[in-house]
Amino acid sequence: MMRILYQILRTGIVTEAMPREINARIEAAGGRLEEAVKRRFRKSLTIRQVDAGSCNGCELEIHALNNPLYNCERYGIRFTASPRFADMLLVTGPVTHNMERALRRTYEATPAPKLVVAVGDCACNGGIFGESYASRGGIGKVIPVDVAVHGCPPDPFAILSGIMKAIEEKR
Amino acid sequence: MSTLIDALTAALGTGAQFHKWQYPPSVVCCTVPREKFAEAARIVKKAYALLAAEWATDETPFGGGYGVYACYRWGGEYLIVRAELPVENPEFPSLTKRYLPAYRFERQMHSLMGVAPAGHPDLRPWIKFEDWPQDAWPLRKSFDASRPLPRVKGEYRWSRAEGEGVYEIPVGPVHAGIIEPGHFRFQAVGEHIINLEERLGYVHKGIEKRFESLGWEGGFRLAGRVSGDTTVAHSLAYCRALESMTGCMPPDRAHWLRALFLERERIANHVGDIGAICNDAAFAFMLYQMTRLKEMLLRTNRELFGHRFMMDRVIPGGVAADIDEKGRKAVLDEMTCLEREFERLVAVYDDNSSLEDRVRDTGALPPEKARELCAVGIVARASGLNLDCRMQVPFPPYDRIEVKAPVLISGDVHARAWVRIEEVRESIRLIREMLATLPGGPVAAPVAAPQADRAGFAAVEGWRGEIIYWLQSGPGGEVNRCMVRDPSSINWLGLEQAIPGNIVPDFPLCNKSFNQSYSGNDL
Repeated sequence: MMRILYQILRTGIVTEAMPREINARIEAAGGRLEEAVKRRFRKSLTIRQVDAGSCNGCELEIHALNNPLYNCERYGIRFTASPRFADMLLVTGPVTHNMERALRRTYEATPAPKLVVAVGDCACNGGIFGESYASRGGIGKVIPVDVAVHGCPPDPFAILSGIMKAIEEKR
Repeated sequence: MSTLIDALTAALGTGAQFHKWQYPPSVVCCTVPREKFAEAARIVKKAYALLAAEWATDETPFGGGYGVYACYRWGGEYLIVRAELPVENPEFPSLTKRYLPAYRFERQMHSLMGVAPAGHPDLRPWIKFEDWPQDAWPLRKSFDASRPLPRVKGEYRWSRAEGEGVYEIPVGPVHAGIIEPGHFRFQAVGEHIINLEERLGYVHKGIEKRFESLGWEGGFRLAGRVSGDTTVAHSLAYCRALESMTGCMPPDRAHWLRALFLERERIANHVGDIGAICNDAAFAFMLYQMTRLKEMLLRTNRELFGHRFMMDRVIPGGVAADIDEKGRKAVLDEMTCLEREFERLVAVYDDNSSLEDRVRDTGALPPEKARELCAVGIVARASGLNLDCRMQVPFPPYDRIEVKAPVLISGDVHARAWVRIEEVRESIRLIREMLATLPGGPVAAPVAAPQADRAGFAAVEGWRGEIIYWLQSGPGGEVNRCMVRDPSSINWLGLEQAIPGNIVPDFPLCNKSFNQSYSGNDL
């Protein structure tokens, strides 16, 4: 037990300040993001992540959002297990033939405002997998997309920035 | 001569014809008559070989029919046994009764290539879903891959368990966490799982077919996206297979840098996994500590090599990134810091009895079962199998830098976590040694286009385990087939076998300790 406490003390708080570009977005989103989230999403923005066919690269970066350095929970952003609690879907792709139905059903299960952020090149336009018998291409082919975040994979800042852009635009 | 070849020639005589394709010297390919395909499996099994992969090719561009291939491994030796099937009757004897992993390989060959394994006990489609048209065989040359598939009516027959108090829990494809999609169906009595059936294929993106249209130059980028967390190992395996086909020799410095990237990838994933395993045992402290270390590694990757996961940094003929004196020092400093922090956390893991209570004896895959399943990588090494391509088929620089892979025998969650811990320690040591012996010179060599009718093979030890690529050029020198075998294609069966007898709430913990790739399996 003492080891754990020592380690916690030694580590301290490692959460970083956001780069200026993201701070600017936070201001644009209504003064402070926490306030926007508090006002519009009853204190917490809840995200359901859906992998519609990605290679898992984008998932690694979405995971990183939860690590103590990026710590997205400080803005009241939480990931949930069920689409029924979600304000936003964070979708990675391309949408495969075999996941198309599951993605549609997840979208249908999500209550309004159903914000959708497409994460990664594949989610934007199919990426290197393109369109084929097995891949429908970008998320936009299957469900409406509010914000697209490019990158292979996009880094955690880019993903966070996309999430904020979606909040800001759907005001 | 080698053991497997001796065994095969002794039993089949002139029935087995050996090819002189340009494989690496450790790989031999021989063609046997179709009716002897299963017989060959029996012979090599008696010589203690394990089945590494099984796949089919469409050889109609050569004027033939279909080819079926089985790749066996014994120590550092790979033997590929091939049989030719006529177009009008593409049937071959199934290997499933000899080798368990053939069970899924053959379902997949049947679903995607339309070749028929005679005597296979379960020919439900695999990867192909029940709503695909029956005659949609995407790996055949006659299939038009550019058009979307129509959906037809169909039903998947799940295995059932009946009796008083037996109930079923379906999970997925959209899971509770931030992970890839797949479906698991549990039959349980009370809390105890009596059967688990996996259903994968949700992230089938048509990768093997896509390789054929991308050409040789584009393939390494696609290989780097077969499984995003294993991007270095997959592109390395693709590049090595291509190089074995063309006779390209990358410069020494490139080999060292490739190995450096490979070990960095191994550490980053293992560190993340150790944290995630603890988190699934409700010990979140470790997750946050470990992801902090992982983030440190990813940032150094970006700073020195230009990408957090080093995607597209391994290219045919060499690497697309270099390291200078400053970078070398930065990596050495990072390793010192990582080692210090990591050892403190390992002490916490080792100290924590409530954690131990969850991970010991949970999700055990006994050694005899692991062998029967021909398991590979961390799963194999946690269950008593001493398998590591870096030791058994050492590609440079591992032929000059000795690797010590840890082997445990308990096969439980703890063993899989502890194998990772030992491998992180070993990789730190390897990185130090590589940086101390890093040769100078160029980092890439030109690669010629492969000649017609050649095949290339490579096995690379990624962080999950052995990755195999097999490439074949067509009559015009084009890509005729690119076979990818991620360790997950085999190890997913290990999870299915390790689960019965455990309680439902322990499933996420067991699953995390295997941490297999969905994308690498579904392709």
